[in-house]
Amino acid sequence: MFRTLTTVRRNLIRFTLDGQFHQAPAGISVAAALLTAVRFSRRSVVSGRGRGPYCMMGTCFDCLVCIDGEPNQQACMVTLREGMNIETQTGIRDLDTGTTADMD
Amino acid sequence: MKARYSLVVVGAGPAGMAAARCAAAHGVDVALLDEQERPGGQIYRSVDDSPLSDPSLLGSDYLYGRQHVAEFRNADIDYFPGTTVWNLDRNRDVSVLVDGKSRGLGADRIVIATGAQERPMPVPGWQLPGVMTAGAGQILLKSAAIVPPDDVVLAGSGPLLLLMASQYLKAGVGIQAILDTTPRSNRPGAVRHLIGALESASYLAKGMGLIASIRQSRVPVYKEVTALNAHGDEVLEAVRFNSRGRDHELPTGTLMLHIGVIPQVHLAMAADCEVRWDEAQLCWRPGLDQWLCSTVPGIGIAGDGAGIVGARASQLQGRLAGLQCVYELGALTRDQRDLKAVAIRKTLDKHLAIRPFLDSMYRPSPEFLTPVDDTMVCRCEEVSAGEIREIARLGCQGPNQAKAFSRCGMGPCQGRQCGSTVAALIAEVQGRKISDVGYYRVRPPVKPITLGQMGNS
Repeated sequence: MFRTLTTVRRNLIRFTLDGQFHQAPAGISVAAALLTAVRFSRRSVVSGRGRGPYCMMGTCFDCLVCIDGEPNQQACMVTLREGMNIETQTGIRDLDTGTTADMD
Repeated sequence: MKARYSLVVVGAGPAGMAAARCAAAHGVDVALLDEQERPGGQIYRSVDDSPLSDPSLLGSDYLYGRQHVAEFRNADIDYFPGTTVWNLDRNRDVSVLVDGKSRGLGADRIVIATGAQERPMPVPGWQLPGVMTAGAGQILLKSAAIVPPDDVVLAGSGPLLLLMASQYLKAGVGIQAILDTTPRSNRPGAVRHLIGALESASYLAKGMGLIASIRQSRVPVYKEVTALNAHGDEVLEAVRFNSRGRDHELPTGTLMLHIGVIPQVHLAMAADCEVRWDEAQLCWRPGLDQWLCSTVPGIGIAGDGAGIVGARASQLQGRLAGLQCVYELGALTRDQRDLKAVAIRKTLDKHLAIRPFLDSMYRPSPEFLTPVDDTMVCRCEEVSAGEIREIARLGCQGPNQAKAFSRCGMGPCQGRQCGSTVAALIAEVQGRKISDVGYYRVRPPVKPITLGQMGNS
């Protein structure tokens, strides 16, 4: 797991990931926070295999997560905020509800 | 945000900030749109708000960005962070996404300064969680003070990989090993450019300093690495490779890859700007005149998005592109423009003198341009190099037709991670040139946007 340098100049804020509470420094991206908490953050829409942040600059779309109910958010392009509810994604977005559904 | 500006600049990296500042200083009404929350681009990420207690570990070239960002913030520029440009057409109509809402704006002149992205380095297993780009590692360090576990392995070739290693060492990260994939055969070609590179002596000195600091650290460096692949069931567990004829396996949870950067040309292509294959840099770059004007009237392109030149040269190109806009908008005469450009061009030449050396020294190994069959080429739609070779043998004429055969390039990244590899594979199988095979046709939206967002304007 990635770690925050002990000398970091930021307060810690709380967020949930799949219902579990976690802490990370304020001002960082959601993807950076995810890397300190889990090994992978979505399952591929094709094979269902695990994927995690890869480019951290908005070009690869491998860090897509559901943030506060809104699916397909690029975690590397969203700043983490206090109380954010983040969910890992499995499968593709459901058109009717906007939530993600299992592939099978 | 107004409905129209004299100049709209896209991208707040060194080139975009410089173009906007130059225009604003001459009284031009200018807006700068940037996808990130803070100015500086990837190179100066978080430079005026570093989470690090000692940002100097990132080096003096990074700290140089502070002044540039401060001057940008003080200039009379309508700056819109957190703003995604999802289309630009040849009439200079810009479509943006802000706070989940889409809107449009017009411009008399455009400067595209969208910078570079990491050159895709497809190796078997590169899609496993735990494998990421060295650029990603650097962004995490700059913007979040977050570092990988002490078993991290760095692999690839080029100045950024050396810089990254040196920054990690200063930050106290234990690097397990560096796998240098630079082919030995690059050396004779590079040496021929060494005399020319002396014009950029400070770059050479910096590079030698980085190499010395890595040698001093006693981190194992494996040379002439080939057959690199990432292994793991659900996540990365080990890296396997060959170095000078011997096979190795290193257990690790984190692998950072880097074989240089390439221009981000999607926005320029959406606007119909002509792009050409550059055989020296092995990438597509826009066709430009000496004032950085593209083939579409009123659209200029500056910085790494126009061909890889580095941060300082990007800033100088941004000033030139800015001067040209000011001239075209009538706030400078041709003579005034030319006079102001003399000193800029002189400095720019000094910064560009290192490029032929770097391009030939760190030319990526063919292994990463046309990877082995079991490599996933399109990460989004999970299409392998073997499948691309198969459709090429069936007569697929280029990347656009490859979409219909295999869905490669049709996922959310829109071909940014596979476009260059797909073209190279088709070229290899059919014995054609990459310039002939071509690239994906880029259509709006250049960034994914929902129908709801498009309608919510």
